[in-house]
Amino acid sequence: MLEGTLIYGFINSVILMLVALGFSVTFGISGVANFAYGALYIMTGYLSWLGLHSLGLPYWVAAPLAVVVTGAVAAMIYWFILLRVRGLVVSEVIATFGVGLAILELFRSLGFIGFEYTLPPIIDASVMIGDTYVDAQRLCIVATGILLAAFLWFFTHYTKTGLAFRGIAQDERTALTLGINGDKVAALSVAFGAGYGALAALVILPLGTIAVNEGYNVLVNALAVCIVGGLGSTVGIIVASFLIGFAQILTSTYLETSWMMIVSLVAILAILVIKPSGLFGHQKQLEERI
Amino acid sequence: MAQRKERIDRGIKVRSDDVFVLTSWREMLYLAAPRVVPVVALFVLGLVAGPYWERVLISTCMFALLAISWDLLNSAGMVSLGQALFFGVGAYIAGTLNHYLGLPPGLTIPIATLGGGVLCTVALLPVLRLRGIYFAMVTLILPMMIERVIEATKIFGGTEGISGLSTLGSNNLEFWLAAVAVFVALFGFRRMMGTDYGLLLKGISDNDRAVMSAGMNIYHYKAQALFMSSAVGAFAGAFMTHAYQFVGMPVFALDYSMIPIASVAVGGMGTLAGPMLGSFILVPLSELLRGLGGLRVVIYAVILVVFTVGLPEGIFHYLSRKYNQFERWVGVER
Repeated sequence: MLEGTLIYGFINSVILMLVALGFSVTFGISGVANFAYGALYIMTGYLSWLGLHSLGLPYWVAAPLAVVVTGAVAAMIYWFILLRVRGLVVSEVIATFGVGLAILELFRSLGFIGFEYTLPPIIDASVMIGDTYVDAQRLCIVATGILLAAFLWFFTHYTKTGLAFRGIAQDERTALTLGINGDKVAALSVAFGAGYGALAALVILPLGTIAVNEGYNVLVNALAVCIVGGLGSTVGIIVASFLIGFAQILTSTYLETSWMMIVSLVAILAILVIKPSGLFGHQKQLEERI
Repeated sequence: MAQRKERIDRGIKVRSDDVFVLTSWREMLYLAAPRVVPVVALFVLGLVAGPYWERVLISTCMFALLAISWDLLNSAGMVSLGQALFFGVGAYIAGTLNHYLGLPPGLTIPIATLGGGVLCTVALLPVLRLRGIYFAMVTLILPMMIERVIEATKIFGGTEGISGLSTLGSNNLEFWLAAVAVFVALFGFRRMMGTDYGLLLKGISDNDRAVMSAGMNIYHYKAQALFMSSAVGAFAGAFMTHAYQFVGMPVFALDYSMIPIASVAVGGMGTLAGPMLGSFILVPLSELLRGLGGLRVVIYAVILVVFTVGLPEGIFHYLSRKYNQFERWVGVER
């Protein structure tokens, strides 16, 4: 029992981390809070489902295609919408939220509801860890989580684009004087974050059905992890996702599954009262926030 | 000859913002018309509308109240993505009081208005220090969470909701009450925003550091603005509960957060009259589009994005500029 709780808590934490990474990457670099994130996440699921079932593509074509399309859509959202309201926080939030809402509700009104919308698991098997059955898909999620987190670190430390990302994140004006195109990098970062969300969707969505409401849940979970960990801090995100992830699994084990989402709210409210900048937030963010 | 466009404020506008020396009927009419015409128009509409469109007007008035409360909150520097919180809390207070204690609407609506205001203010007190997207995030999450709690604990009728609540009376009475409530809120808050107190609220939104430096406790004032806004939202919720004779989880639905924001985006921020104009355009429009079903929300979202990005000033600012200014072509000397 305890062992199972620990294992599933770990897996749930990695799921949360995967979901939050994409949101955090975008916010940390360009300062754009992408409220369309949940919608893009779900859109990847539907796109790859469409690719598999309507176009009849094999999985290894449909899935990467869906990721690329999601990234392109995110970049377009930045280029045609966010670019015009950049810096106006209210407009940014409302515009991205509106876009996300339009995407999600469009899928809903087109009739994408029901149990037939599922993605195939990448590996269809299950493994025994100690006394607990774990299906291979969940192990796949853990592997993807570790890979993506590691890739993010290498990307932002050892590639030119990644360094440009960090440059814009730290001080946009100085970065501009060094010949970094702020708008291009910001658009790239939005696409990059959406791509991370899309990859997360591909490995997480096979666990259940693709549902429109999941888009809102994903957004809430991503926000919860980012707020608790401190926006823009990758270490904070990992720590926060483990805190919330284990708390959620414990609640669903000892209370009820429907209470799982409440954990995120309690976590957010608690952290905002105690330490508004988040567990690993920096002083700069504290200033912007309060 | 080269020409340029010249734009001048009407003399009366320049003087009448502060000093009231009205010397002719024409000037008085000029000032009164923008206030009187909408009021008369709404009441006349209510008289000529059939029962169906009267119901639409009632819900339009309630959405206008929500939009006004959003704008009021925004004027104090708090961006909310969850007006549904205020609406839902008010609706549930009125619904439960009526169902379990059997109180008449004449009591439940005032209690829900004040109680909802207090409850929402207390719930948001811990996050009052946040601003911008951080406040927006929390307000976005709260109504969703309350929905989950009701679903999980099955209190207040759970997913089914409570139906068969008492009505306010006839359609006509409901319409008159709703219309009066909208205009009381609109003109009351507009007058308030013109006073020093309103200036203080606007100051908090423009530069809260400066207001703090002036020795004001901004959290004190933010809490007051929050109370006023949530009370108005809760009133709308309580009113709709009795108008529909039903309260349930849909009162926390995204519609009640989205439509007010869309109205503000269409009408124009910061004027209180703009949001009302916006909801009087959008809500009847959505009634006409009812056949589209779920696509309505998509259309709302698209309108919202288009107006936020393309015409951020909104319709009301445009209209008031056209009304208050002369425009003419004048020659330019070479």
